[in-house]
Amino acid sequence: MTFDYIVQQLINGISIGSIYALIALGYTMVYGIIKLINFAHGDVFFVGAYTGYFTAKAGLGLILSLIIAMAVCALLGVIIERLAYRPLRNAARIVILITAIGVSFLLENLGIVTLGAQAQGFPDIVNKSTYTLWGDVTIDSIQLIVLVVTVVLMAVLQYVVHRTKIGKAMRAVSFDMEAARLMGINVDTTISATFAIGSALAGAAGVVFAIMYPSVDPLMGVIPGLKAFVAAVLGGIGIIPGALVGGLLLGVVETGVQSIPGMSLWRDGVAFAILILILIFKPTGLFGKNVREKV
Amino acid sequence: MNKRFFIGIAISLVFYGVVQALISGEILNDFYIDTLVMLGVNIILAVSLNLINGFTGQFSIGHAGFMSIGAYVSAIMTTNLGYSFPLGLLCGCLAAAVAGLIIGFPTLRLKGDYLAIATLGFGEIIRIVWLNNDYVGGAAGLNGIERVTNWSWIFFGVLVAVVVIQNIVKSTHGRAMISVRENEIAAEAMGINVTKYKVIAFVVGAFFAGMAGAFSAHYFYGIAPTSYNFMKSFEILVFVVLGGLGSTAGTIIGTILLTLLFTYLQDIPEWRMVIYSMILILTMIFRPKGLLGNVDVTKFFKKGGASKNGGTTTTP
Amino acid sequence: MMMSKKFIAVTAVLTATTALAGCGSKSTGSSSSNGDTIKIGANLELTGAVAAFGTSQLNGIKLAMEEINSAGGVNGKKLEVVSADNASKKDESTRTATKLITEDKVDVLMGAAISGDTFAAVEVANNKKIPMLTPSATNDDITFDHKKNKLNDYVFRACFIDSFQGKVMADFSADNLKAKNAVIYTDNSSDYSKGLAKSFKSEFESKGGKIVAEESYQTKDTDFKAVLTRIKTLNPEVIWVPGYYEEVGKIVKQAREMGITAAIEGGDGWDAPQLVDIAGKENLNNTFISNHYTSEDPDPKVRKFIDAFKAKYNTVPDAMAVLGYDATYMVADAVKRAGSTDKEKIKEALANTKNFEGVTGKISLDKNHDPVKAAVVLEYKDGKQTFNTKVQP
Repeated sequence: MTFDYIVQQLINGISIGSIYALIALGYTMVYGIIKLINFAHGDVFFVGAYTGYFTAKAGLGLILSLIIAMAVCALLGVIIERLAYRPLRNAARIVILITAIGVSFLLENLGIVTLGAQAQGFPDIVNKSTYTLWGDVTIDSIQLIVLVVTVVLMAVLQYVVHRTKIGKAMRAVSFDMEAARLMGINVDTTISATFAIGSALAGAAGVVFAIMYPSVDPLMGVIPGLKAFVAAVLGGIGIIPGALVGGLLLGVVETGVQSIPGMSLWRDGVAFAILILILIFKPTGLFGKNVREKV
Repeated sequence: MNKRFFIGIAISLVFYGVVQALISGEILNDFYIDTLVMLGVNIILAVSLNLINGFTGQFSIGHAGFMSIGAYVSAIMTTNLGYSFPLGLLCGCLAAAVAGLIIGFPTLRLKGDYLAIATLGFGEIIRIVWLNNDYVGGAAGLNGIERVTNWSWIFFGVLVAVVVIQNIVKSTHGRAMISVRENEIAAEAMGINVTKYKVIAFVVGAFFAGMAGAFSAHYFYGIAPTSYNFMKSFEILVFVVLGGLGSTAGTIIGTILLTLLFTYLQDIPEWRMVIYSMILILTMIFRPKGLLGNVDVTKFFKKGGASKNGGTTTTP
Repeated sequence: MMMSKKFIAVTAVLTATTALAGCGSKSTGSSSSNGDTIKIGANLELTGAVAAFGTSQLNGIKLAMEEINSAGGVNGKKLEVVSADNASKKDESTRTATKLITEDKVDVLMGAAISGDTFAAVEVANNKKIPMLTPSATNDDITFDHKKNKLNDYVFRACFIDSFQGKVMADFSADNLKAKNAVIYTDNSSDYSKGLAKSFKSEFESKGGKIVAEESYQTKDTDFKAVLTRIKTLNPEVIWVPGYYEEVGKIVKQAREMGITAAIEGGDGWDAPQLVDIAGKENLNNTFISNHYTSEDPDPKVRKFIDAFKAKYNTVPDAMAVLGYDATYMVADAVKRAGSTDKEKIKEALANTKNFEGVTGKISLDKNHDPVKAAVVLEYKDGKQTFNTKVQP
C-alpha cells in the first residue's frame, strides 16, 4: 500500500463525501429550524436530478440546469411544507416524521408512474477532464466542482443564517417559535424560506450527483438521502459546518473500508457502527451542543 | 385477571373456532389464509413496536432487524439443523430478545431522533451481517423453508403477544413505562428505574418481533435480507402511528386497515403506492393522534369511567 | 364537533379513493368470461426496489399477448393477462401467486422477474398444481432443488441458468481473449450476480486462470472508485462484472476514466439501451457480454419484435422485456400443443418444449425444465453491440 494509493483513496473519499455533505446541508438546515427529519429530502433530490435531466436534454448548460432545478425544488419544498407539514406544526414529532415518510413514498411513486422505474442515462453537459497530480494520483474536474460547490454553498448558508435578517429570524424560530412570533417574526414565512433554501440545495445536489454518476431514476434519492442523513447526524444535525464534516468523514470512512482487500462488503456496516459509537460517546454528534434538559 | 379479561379471551377463542371451521370447511380459500397470516404477523410486529415506541416513548426504527433475527435463527434451526419448529421458534424469539438487550443498553444514552438513527443503524448492521454470510445464503437468503405456520399458530401467537403486552402495560411496570415516556426526569425523581424499564421494553418488544419473523419465515417459504431493510421498519412504524401510538386496539385496527388497503390496491399496481401514501399523509393531517389515539377501546366494554392511558404526547 | 367533521372528511376520502381503486381495471385482456379466454397470471415486481425489472417485463408480456390475440389467439381463444404486483417482496409474492390462482383462477402463472420473489411462488405453483414459467429468474435451484435433489414439477423458465452464463464467459476469456488473470466484481445484494460470479470462478480456474481479487458492491451504489482504484493496482486482464446495467454503466465509466483498459465482461443484465447512455460510447469499447440475442441482429424475427416494441413503448427493449415476450409465446405454444387449458396437459406440453423459435433463439427445455439455448457473445464497439461468437450449450 503505497503513499500514492492512500492519497488517491483519500481524494475518492473526499469527492464522495462532498456529495453527501451537499445533500446533508439541506437536511440539517430544515432540522435546525423545525426539528423535523425531512425524509422527503432525498426525493426532492431526485426531482432536482430529473429537472436537470430534462433541461440538459433540452440543450441547456450546467449553470442554467442548476438554476432551474434549484428553483423547481425550492417551489416543491415550499408546497410540501405548506400542504403536509404546516397543518401539523403543533403535532407530535413522530407524526410529522410519518407524514414526511408519506411524502417521500408519494414523490417516489408519482415518479415511477409518470417517468417509469427504469434508470435513464444523464446527458453529458460538463466536459470532464482528468488532471494528474503526480505519479498515479488523479483528480477530475467534476470532483473539484462538487467540492467547491459544497464548500461555497456551506459558506453562503452559514452567512445567511448568521448575518442576514432572515437568518436571524430562522435562528429565533429555531430557538423558540412562540417567542419569535411574539417578537413580530412571521414564523410561517421564515419556515417557508427555510424549506425553499433546503430544497434548492437538494435540487442542486441532485443535478451535481446526476452529472457525477450519470443516471437518473425515481428511487435514486433513497440511498444518498439515507447516507446524507447519517452524515448530518454524525456532524451534529442542525449545525451547518457539522454537515460538511459529517459528510466528508462518512465518505472517507466508506472509501477507507473499501480500499482494504476483501472488506468492500462491510462498507455500510462499518459506517453505521461508527455512527453508533460516535452517538454513544457524543450523543448529539461531533459538533452538537449538549443541551441541558430543563425540568 | 378480572372477569372482563376472561370474557375477552372467550370471545377471541370463539373467533378462532369460527375461522378454523371456515378453513377446515374450505370456505376460506388459501388467499384469505395467506392474508390472515400476514395480518397476524403484522399485528405482532406493530403491537410489539408499540410497547417500545408508544408506551415507553423510545423512538425505535430498527424493528425489522429484530424480526430478521427471529426469522433467520428459527429458519437455521429448522431448515439447516433439522430441529422442530417450536424449538426454532423459541430460539428465534430468545435470540431477538438478546439482541434487544444488546441494543437497548448502549442506546439508553440517546434520546429522540438520535436514538432513532442509532436503532436504524443497528437494524441495517444486522441486515448486512445476514447479507454477507453465505451460511444463510447471502443475498439469495434461505429458501425451501417448510410451511409450518398455520392459522392456529398465528392466532395463538397474536393472542399471547397482545395479552402479555397488555398485561405489562396495565401493571405497575406499564405505568412506570408510561411515566418514562411522559417525563423521564420526573419519573427518575419518583424513584423509577428508567434504565430498567427502557431495557424491558426493548427486550419484550424484540422478543415478539422475533416471533413474528419466525412465523412469517415458516409460512412464506423463504427469507432474504432485503425483506428486512429500513423500509420494513418504517412500514411497522406506520402501522403503529396510524393506528394510534400507545393504544393497543388502535395499533391492531391500524394494522388491519393498512394491510387490507395494500392488498386491495394490488389490482392497480401503478397507483398502489401513490394512493397508499396519500392516505397516510391525509390521515396524519386530519387525525394526528392516529385513528384511535387517545381512545381506549376497552372503555366501550366497561360500565362507567374509562381509563385514559392511550394516546400520544408531544416530545419535548 | 370540529374533530368529528374532520373525521368524516377523512373517512369520505378513504372511501372515495378505495372505491376509485376498485374501478381500476386489473386485466388487460379483451373478455373476462372464463370459458373463451386463456388466463395468464403475471406475478411481477411492479412497485418496490426492482420495479424497473417487473414493469419492463410486463411490457414484453403485453406486447406478445396483443400480437397473439390479433393473430387469432390460441386454439380459438384469446389470451388474457392478469397482472398483479408483488411489491418486490417475497411474502407478497407468495400471496400474489396464491391470489392469482385462487381468486383470478388463472390457467398459467408467469413471473417473477427476480429469483428471490420466484422462490416464494414456487411452492404455491407446486401445491396448487398450476404450471408456472418464470421469464427471467436465473437461480439454478428454482426449477430443480439441488439440496433436496427434487424437480419442481410445475416450474419452468425461459432464461439461462446462472451457471451457464458464467461458464460461457469464463471460456471466452480464457480461450478467445487468452486471459490469465481476472478480477471478479460482484453485486453482493443480487443472487443473480453472485451465481454468475461463482460459475465464472470455477470455470476460469479450471482453465488455469487465476482470480486475483474478488470484490463486491451493492445494488444502487453509485461510486465505485475506491474498489476500482485497488483493482487498477492489480492490473488484471479481465474484470468480470455480472451485474445490472445501472451499476455496470457507472462501473465501466469510472474504470475507463481512471485509466483501466482491461476487458470488462458481463452477462445479460447489461443488455439495456440505457447502458450506453450511462457508460458512454467510447468507454464501452473492449467490453463483452453474453446474451440471448442481439438487438442489432438482422434476423427478421428480431427486427419485427424490436420495431413493434419501439412503436408501442418508444424505447428499445432490455433483457427483461425480451424474456417476458418470449416467455409469453412459450406459454402460448405450450397451450396450443396441449390443445386445452387442462393444467396437467399444459405442464406436460411446457416440459416437452422443443426447438421453440423465440426472439432469443431456439429454445428446448431439458429434464430440469431449463432452456437449452445458445448464447451469443457480444462486443460493444462505439456503443453498438456487435456479434463476436456463438456458444452452443
